[in-house]
Amino acid sequence: MAKRNGGAPATAESMASKQREIAVSEFFLKNRHLLGFDSPRRALLTAVKEAVDNSLDACEEAGVLPEIAVELEQIAETRFRVTVTDNGPGIVRNQIPKIFAKLLYGSKFHRLRMSRGQQGIGISAAGMYGQLTTGSATRILSRIKHAKCAHALAVQIDTRQNKPAILSDTEQDWFPTFQPVNAEGQPDGEPQPSKHGTSVSIEMEAAYQRGKQSVDEFVKQCAIVNPHLTLHYSLKLQSKPETGNRGGGNLKPETGNLKAEAEPKPSEFQVSGLKSQVSAVTYHRAVKAMPKIPDEILPHPHGVELGMLMQMLKDTESRTVRSALAGDFSRVSAQAALDICTRAGIEPKTNPTRIAHHESEALYKAIQETKLMRPPTDCLSPIGEAQILAGLQKELKADFFTAVTREPAVYRGNPFQIEIGLAYARPQENEGLGSEEPVRVMRFANRVPLLYQPGACAMTKGVIGVNWKSYGLSQPKDALPLGPVVILVHMASVWVPFTSESKDAIAGYGEIIDELTLGLQECGRRLSVFLHKRHRELEAARKRSYIELYIPHLALGLKDILKLNNKEEDKIVGNLKKMLEKTHLDL
Amino acid sequence: MAKAIPNAPEVISKKAAANKIVTVAGEIHEDIVKKHRKPEMVFPIRSLQNVRYDVKRGHFEILGKTATRTLSYNTVKTFAQSMRLLATTKNDLLDKDDIAGKREVYYNSKSWGECRFDEQPESDTLLDDIEAMLAINREQLGYIPEERGGDVTGPLVVVDQDPGTGKDIRIDCTKLGTGAWSIPSRVEHLRFDAGKARFILVIETASLFQRLVHHRYYEKAHCILISMSGVPTRACRRFIRRLADDQKLPVLAFTDGDPYGYCNIYRTLKVGSGQAAHINRFFCVPQAHYLGVTPQDIADYDLEDATHPLEEADIKRAKDALKNDPFIQHHKEWQQALEHMLKLGVRVEQQAFAKHGLNFVLDTYLPDKLKKNKFLP
Repeated sequence: MAKRNGGAPATAESMASKQREIAVSEFFLKNRHLLGFDSPRRALLTAVKEAVDNSLDACEEAGVLPEIAVELEQIAETRFRVTVTDNGPGIVRNQIPKIFAKLLYGSKFHRLRMSRGQQGIGISAAGMYGQLTTGSATRILSRIKHAKCAHALAVQIDTRQNKPAILSDTEQDWFPTFQPVNAEGQPDGEPQPSKHGTSVSIEMEAAYQRGKQSVDEFVKQCAIVNPHLTLHYSLKLQSKPETGNRGGGNLKPETGNLKAEAEPKPSEFQVSGLKSQVSAVTYHRAVKAMPKIPDEILPHPHGVELGMLMQMLKDTESRTVRSALAGDFSRVSAQAALDICTRAGIEPKTNPTRIAHHESEALYKAIQETKLMRPPTDCLSPIGEAQILAGLQKELKADFFTAVTREPAVYRGNPFQIEIGLAYARPQENEGLGSEEPVRVMRFANRVPLLYQPGACAMTKGVIGVNWKSYGLSQPKDALPLGPVVILVHMASVWVPFTSESKDAIAGYGEIIDELTLGLQECGRRLSVFLHKRHRELEAARKRSYIELYIPHLALGLKDILKLNNKEEDKIVGNLKKMLEKTHLDL
Repeated sequence: MAKAIPNAPEVISKKAAANKIVTVAGEIHEDIVKKHRKPEMVFPIRSLQNVRYDVKRGHFEILGKTATRTLSYNTVKTFAQSMRLLATTKNDLLDKDDIAGKREVYYNSKSWGECRFDEQPESDTLLDDIEAMLAINREQLGYIPEERGGDVTGPLVVVDQDPGTGKDIRIDCTKLGTGAWSIPSRVEHLRFDAGKARFILVIETASLFQRLVHHRYYEKAHCILISMSGVPTRACRRFIRRLADDQKLPVLAFTDGDPYGYCNIYRTLKVGSGQAAHINRFFCVPQAHYLGVTPQDIADYDLEDATHPLEEADIKRAKDALKNDPFIQHHKEWQQALEHMLKLGVRVEQQAFAKHGLNFVLDTYLPDKLKKNKFLP
């Protein structure tokens, strides 16, 4: 990762004097866009996302039904305080500084297990970004079960050494509490305390904006894709002087008034000077079942690069190449290990730490050529069709919902599983969904909403690649289909192939695209059945009203000609309705 | 109502017409209430495909092909409109001895709510349907045509009746000055005295009619002049038929020399139309013959440079007639005439004789043709 900073004519010696190690944290400081902190707006979202990911992973691993509060508070025009509180297991005092103030520290990088976070960069990077833009520290409160008190720490990152610096460290009598709000954003019942949990608070330069890539959308999508989660979201904005504002608004986009500063509506709040405006929403959990805790698996040889293979051979505790292959990888039997060694021309009993470079290359080639069982796929924890439906149903007003969880599949030795949810919404009750609008695609990787770079993502490409016309939606060439439809796409994997470290888009491996297509097509077929039925019903209703419009006239004509009485007239109407509806409205 | 006239086709009394409507409605009612099946209306098909040229009677006679309209989602509106129109016809026209024009029918429906006619062609079509279904022409149901029947001049006394008193009114068609007598929409009650007239000359265009009237041609030729202004209306055809029958006069037709004049104006005058196949027996003039302008006249009267090329529509009309028109197919002379015209590729108008002087037509052409006494059938 070291970079040469050479001048024009220089000697090797003078160059050497300038060559020095660069801390990882220093590198990221200069390349913060790689981590999703490239704009103030995006930084706010990324900080929330990293904190929520960590909270959810911790809760699920500890078997706690997650309850999370996300608070955004604008403390200056371009400065926000992001606070995320969870009811997770809490963090032991000694780990707190490293988790929040040391990059590439975490429990998730070294194992192959499906989890939201992967590298152990996110939350420390958020803290570092805050530190960089405001000079303030990351503040953590954490209480573990049965502890006498909670620990309150303020930490910063020593960017030169990638080491935490503890600014303050005290004990407090703190419990995480959660305040549910009702549909109007007003407190709904008493605050709910939890016996354990963690709260992290970061001040940073940031900007708040509504829309498809906002914290609002992220929070909402989190609630959809994690139906077992109760999520409280509050936003406190400062309105500019000289403008009135409304308090107690609702964050739900359908009725939200988050840009109240644009509304010159006079109210009792119309006073000069800064005035804060709070809006809040609670997304209640729809299911109480916890997701299955995913199993950890060993890497599959077909998913390992040469460099990784060499590293693994170097680090192994096994004494022979053969036992290293059989013991450190999944799906390599003793016989398969022997086959690989034979094929590579390596004595199976060679000490793996003494494998030469050209030998490991031969080994790598031999592995690729050897037929191996697919990696185990029961290590994945899909959301599940019922849970996807529950999530969509609680946040969308729609006439039709469906969900498909595909069987697990494998790309490059990594097991993965695709899930699709689809809702045909009532356009007038869902903002931004219209018959002539492109469908809204919600992308998720290991239950984390992906809001940026939709165009670069295999999920979007998968949706575009399906012929939706055959399922009853119109679709311009090479574009998303049109219609009041929400499509949820989820990929669960031990290793999600993001196109960059900012984790915005999924890479388009053939196997992934295939699975996406199959899942989308299944949902499409079900949608088509629904649309056809609905079309028939509408048509029948139209015909019924048409028939019923004219039958009385027919009867009246006959009545006038034949001098019938009202009873006879009614009988004609009744008989005709029966006759015509029987033959023309078969539903 | 009209008095019985010898030789006239059947005349149906208003009571009989009303009874027919009650019968039709009764069958429909029975289908719905007793037989529990979808009611039907049966109409004769009105087109040239469903007529035969009855040589003995001298007109197009309808064949047995019928169309059935069964009540369904698609026909429910028309069905409802038919019933309401039948009810209006019976209760407001026949029972009350009243009359209505086609446009009045259309406006009358505006009180029917959802069942109303949106455009007049809808009510016109339905009226034609009802006429065909009942096999009673609409004039006898009390519906009067909007268009004028045609103009008459010449040695003829028409005996009409005062609508109020029923007293006779004698109209002498020679004493109308520079004007002419207009044929009324209903002609069944008229009586005639044609005096010295020897034949009836029926003319397509009003301008030629005016020329003949202006020069009192009817005095020289001892004929009754009738202007049709295009395809003769039902009233005009009925009037000519009744006059010719009553006074035993031959009828000669003088139209433009083109497929429209032959196949539409003259053929309809003589034998009726496909569209009115069910009532042609009332509206035809079998004794009519065709005077001109024939394709042969173009050469005979040196009119080659007073012609116009046939247009696409003319050619199509002529070919259709040769292929499908039972009247043309029956008469070789007409087939030859049409083929002659197609070969020449031109048409000629009545006014073309003005090439030889404005009055050439009445001084030379007409006397010449009458003297030759050779007409197309």
